[in-house]
Parts: sequence; structure tokens; C-alpha cells
Amino acid sequence: MTEQSTRQVLQGNEAIVEGALAAGCRFFAGYPITPASEIAELMSLRLPAVGGTFIQMEDEIASMGAVIGASLAGVKSLTATSGPGFSLMQENLGYACVTEVPCVIVSVMRGGPSTGLPTSPAQGDVMQARWGTHGDHPIIVLSVSSVSDCFDITVQAFNFSEKYRVPVIILSDEIVAHTREAVTLPSVQKIEVFERIRPSVPPEWYIPYEDNSRGVPAMAVMGDGYRHHVTGLIHDTKGFPTDRSEEVNAFQRRQFRKITNGFYEILMTKSFMMEDAEIAVIAYGSVSRSAQHAIIAAREKGVKAGLLHLITLFPFPKKDVDPVLRQCRSVLVPEMNMGQISREVKRVNLTSKVVAINRVDGQFITPTEIYNKLLSM
Amino acid sequence: MPEKVERLRHDYLRHDKKFPHVWCPGCGNGIVLGSLIRAIDALKLEKDELVLASGIGCSGRMPVYVDLNTLHTTHGRALTFATGIKLANPSLTVLTVMGDGDATAIGGNHFIHAARRNLDLTAIIINNQIYGMTGGQYSPTTPYGSRAATAAYGHIEHAFSIAELAVTAGASFVARGTVYHAKLLDKLIAKGISKKGFSVIEIISNCHTQYGRRNKMGDPVTMMQEFKDRAVTVEKAAKLSPEELADRITIGVLTDIDKPNYTEELQKIRDIAEKNR
Repeated sequence: MTEQSTRQVLQGNEAIVEGALAAGCRFFAGYPITPASEIAELMSLRLPAVGGTFIQMEDEIASMGAVIGASLAGVKSLTATSGPGFSLMQENLGYACVTEVPCVIVSVMRGGPSTGLPTSPAQGDVMQARWGTHGDHPIIVLSVSSVSDCFDITVQAFNFSEKYRVPVIILSDEIVAHTREAVTLPSVQKIEVFERIRPSVPPEWYIPYEDNSRGVPAMAVMGDGYRHHVTGLIHDTKGFPTDRSEEVNAFQRRQFRKITNGFYEILMTKSFMMEDAEIAVIAYGSVSRSAQHAIIAAREKGVKAGLLHLITLFPFPKKDVDPVLRQCRSVLVPEMNMGQISREVKRVNLTSKVVAINRVDGQFITPTEIYNKLLSM
Repeated sequence: MPEKVERLRHDYLRHDKKFPHVWCPGCGNGIVLGSLIRAIDALKLEKDELVLASGIGCSGRMPVYVDLNTLHTTHGRALTFATGIKLANPSLTVLTVMGDGDATAIGGNHFIHAARRNLDLTAIIINNQIYGMTGGQYSPTTPYGSRAATAAYGHIEHAFSIAELAVTAGASFVARGTVYHAKLLDKLIAKGISKKGFSVIEIISNCHTQYGRRNKMGDPVTMMQEFKDRAVTVEKAAKLSPEELADRITIGVLTDIDKPNYTEELQKIRDIAEKNR
């Protein structure tokens, strides 16, 4: 990140570091895991040079705790992991949800379950990202499909996290993480960075979880004079534990409302050759790159195919999927799992024809595989 | 004296938090809270600059009553949150309060690594030898042979010594007290907070409701009387044989050493990195 835009060859994991630093991230806590370790390694090199803090914790549970602690003290924080470590982070991820502490978690997906296929690509953690922590909770899950995405989406993830006071998960995969591509990193001035809204009232008037039109309370930082209580228990607007059903209900509903309020900007998708498409591919992550190639090839054979590339996975971008299902006679969802997103697509309209390509053998879904399927549809 | 109590209560307890607290009558947690407040007051620390973080259990409820920057985290994880807070803002004084199960069972890994890392944090561990809030299940400090909700036939595991664990793991300051010795606790907590580096104060406390009742140890006063009878100072303990010390509680400062402090080390790294930039 410099005064001028720069052209660099980076791998996905490195671009995530650049994006995080550009977004103002100054704290990283993590634990080594393939295929995410490069993020921690580069952070350990880069953060101290900008006055930031890198710490390798004793496990992923601790990493997530430290990330939340740092954010409570006012520093934008990141952690990065893969499936097994992501499972360990789920406990404190729920804490970040209930206390509304901004933070960003990168999960570079590899084959699972358990130790699985540590060096192979997969997209098996989609539902873990959405529902991995217990209890009803809102969350934002974004996917990355290229090295330039890794930069842009990471900046976006921090902005959403700060703006909505919600943990944001970036789902990468082993292919995106380790692919090297030439990218143009924008200059500092071109990068839009959002900072959390801090209280403007005097400390004695501050109500830490007071509702407002956005549903996002102003967030005080520890040490700035707004002493208050933060707890994983369901709390009233003052932050104190409550089990009064009307207060519990108000809290839970607001948590969801603050995210629905932001749908216009949170739900991000990209359309490719969709104008006259009769068959659509709905894809995300590295697979969307294969889909794009397959669509170009299929068009040459006269098949009117198009792509809806999902960037936001959760909240599920129903508003963009629905018109595609209405427009096309059938929809293909290729993914490196047994159908975690294709089921979401089906849920949007149960009468539409949704075909899936599912790979769970540690292999990438190639353009040829999608192309052959498109020609047979 | 009552005037001072009144002042401390006014200055440090939350006005907008309705008491009574959740603890059983006779619980030692209140004594620990009292000592903590007196220690903070004696050190003349600014409330805005103080953070008190806890985990889960009876001890976990302590922060809600105190008018500081307070944090009630997940079970066993208080030290991980405290680590993030301290690193993000080293000017804050970060204290944690935990129970024996919280700190040495589910949080055992965080505890030994925090000690090893030597970040400037203070860990107050209330050891009542049982899981109180969940109903009296055995913890890592439940003595061999005693009864618990999950040890109906007598406990067959052996107990941790929390303070000795902290010493071995590398903490800069380690002390032990009991809730009977409240005045000593005031001093031990104050010393722990003042110490640059990781400090542990283990406080032996009574859970007459869950532990005492099952093991026929009598009411809170009787249990505290027992702490008094079993306690021996570090200085006296040095002259006793291991056999003589078998059933005693050694109280006082067990370790007070100087080691490189994490935040200072981190600043050195930043200086090198900025030069090489």
C-alpha cells in the first residue's frame, strides 16, 4: 500500500495481508495451519513495521479471544485459519456476535472433515461459516475468487465489520490462496476505509447497546472514559445481563435488523453474460473462474450461458438469485462440496431446475467439467 | 473504618447495577472482591485505565459489580481476551479473575502460555476446589478422595497446585492467600498488579454450598477457621519438611522475579522493523 497504485505479483494469502493493512488492521493473532499460514507469516513481518502487533497464540481459541480483546481496545483485528482451526474459533466467534465486536476472520478452505486433506482445495466450510457458532446470530460471509478479490474483499470485510459491528468471515480456498497473479493495488487515497462510530455523548449519558435507526449502537473503546460492561450473556441496553423476555427479544431482533438494514450494500454479486442467458451458472470462490471460461466456450457452441458470481454468501443474496432463477430454464451450481450453496439456491425457488456439480475428491472443478455439463443441459 | 468502606463502595461498585449479587451467603468471592477494591484504591489507579476480565462460573460474575472497564468472557478464555486488550493498549492495567476450573481445566492451556509469555497481566484465581455454579462437579483442584457431584464414590484423580503450576510455567510473580487472610490478600493483589510481568495470586476459598456440604466440612465460618489453622507462611514453610507441609496451605509470595516484559520486547521488534522498512 503506497501513495501511488502499484503493480505486483502476489498470491491470494499475501493480497489478504495487503488488503488488511490498507483497511487499517493493526493486530493479528493466529495459529499455524495449512493452507493459511502465509497470512500469519507475512503479518509477523509487516505489522511491527507499521507499529502494529502480531502474536502467535497457543491455539485458535486463544487467537480469536485475543482478536476480540484487541478490537475492544480499539484496534482493527484479523485472524486467519483453515477448517480445523476455524472449528476452534467458533466458540469466541459467537462471543463477538453477541457483544457486537468488529473483527475479520479468514478461513482458507481445505478438504475436510477433521484433518481431512490439508493441502487440497475444497469449499466444505460454507455452512460452518454461517452456522458454526451456536445460537441464532447474524453474520456476514464473503468469498474470494482471485488475488485482486483477496485485496478488495478484505478491505470491504473490515468496512462491513466496523460499520455493522459484526464479525465478517472471508472464505478463501486453497486454490485462491496459493495462486500467484499480477494485481494492481490501489493507492492509499483510492481506498475507502470505514471506522466504527464512537459515542458522541458524554460518558455519563452513554448507553452501550442503545438502539438507533441503523440498529448499530455507537461503540466505546476500552480506556477512553466510557466504562461499561461487556458480557457474552444476553444483555440489556446498558450491557448488563438480562433474562427479561422483552429485553432479550429486543436485543435478538435488533441484531438481525442491523444486517437487513444494510442488504443494499452487503449483498454483493457479479453478473457475466447474463443479459440473454438461458442457462446460468451460480458459482463462488475459485470455481467461479472455471465457470467463466466454460461459459465463453459454451457460447461459442451456441449455448446461451451466463454466470452469477456470488461474492456475499451470507446473508444469502436472494435478491440477485431470484431473477436468475426466473430468467433461466435451468441453473448449474458447481462447488467443491456436496451441495452447500446449491441447496440455498433451491430454497429461493423450489420449482426451478437446479443442477449441481459436486467434487469432494480434493480436485479442482475445471472449466472442461463445467463446459461438458452446460452442453448436456 | 465504616467511612472508608462507604467511600470504597461508592467509588468502586456500580450504582446502576442492582444488588444483591449472585453469590451464596458466606461465599469467599465477596472477600476477594473487597481485597481487589482495596488494592486498587491503595495503588491510586484510575478507573478508566483499569480492565477487569473474567471467564465463566461464580468468579465470572465479579466484573459486573465493579465500576471499571469490565469484560465477562467465555469459559477459560479471560486471559486470551486480556492478552488482546493489553497488546492493543499497553497503557491499560489489565486484571483477570478466574476460578480453579476456569483457569486450570478449560483454560489451562491459556494459563500456562500467558505465564510463559510474561505479558504484564494479573491473574487472580479463586480456588474453591469445585465447580460451584454448575452444581459441585470435581475440578482440577478437587483433592483426592473427596466427594463431588461427579465423584459420588470419592475422587480418584490428583489435584493441581495452581501456584506451583504458575511458577513452573514462568510467571514473574506468584503468591497464595486464603479468604481468611483478607488483609494479606489486599497486599498480595496490590503487589501482583504493580509487578511488571505476568502475576498470579491464587486465593483458597470456601464453597460450603457445593464442596463443604458434600464433604461434611461445616459452615463458612468453620471452613475459614480451617484455612487459618492450615495456613503457614512461606518463611515458616521453608523450615518444615515435606511431610509436615503435607496438609498445610503455604501463603505469601512464592516467586518474585524479573524477566523481559512482553510489551517492551514487542517495542524492540517494532523499532527494528521500522528501520528495515
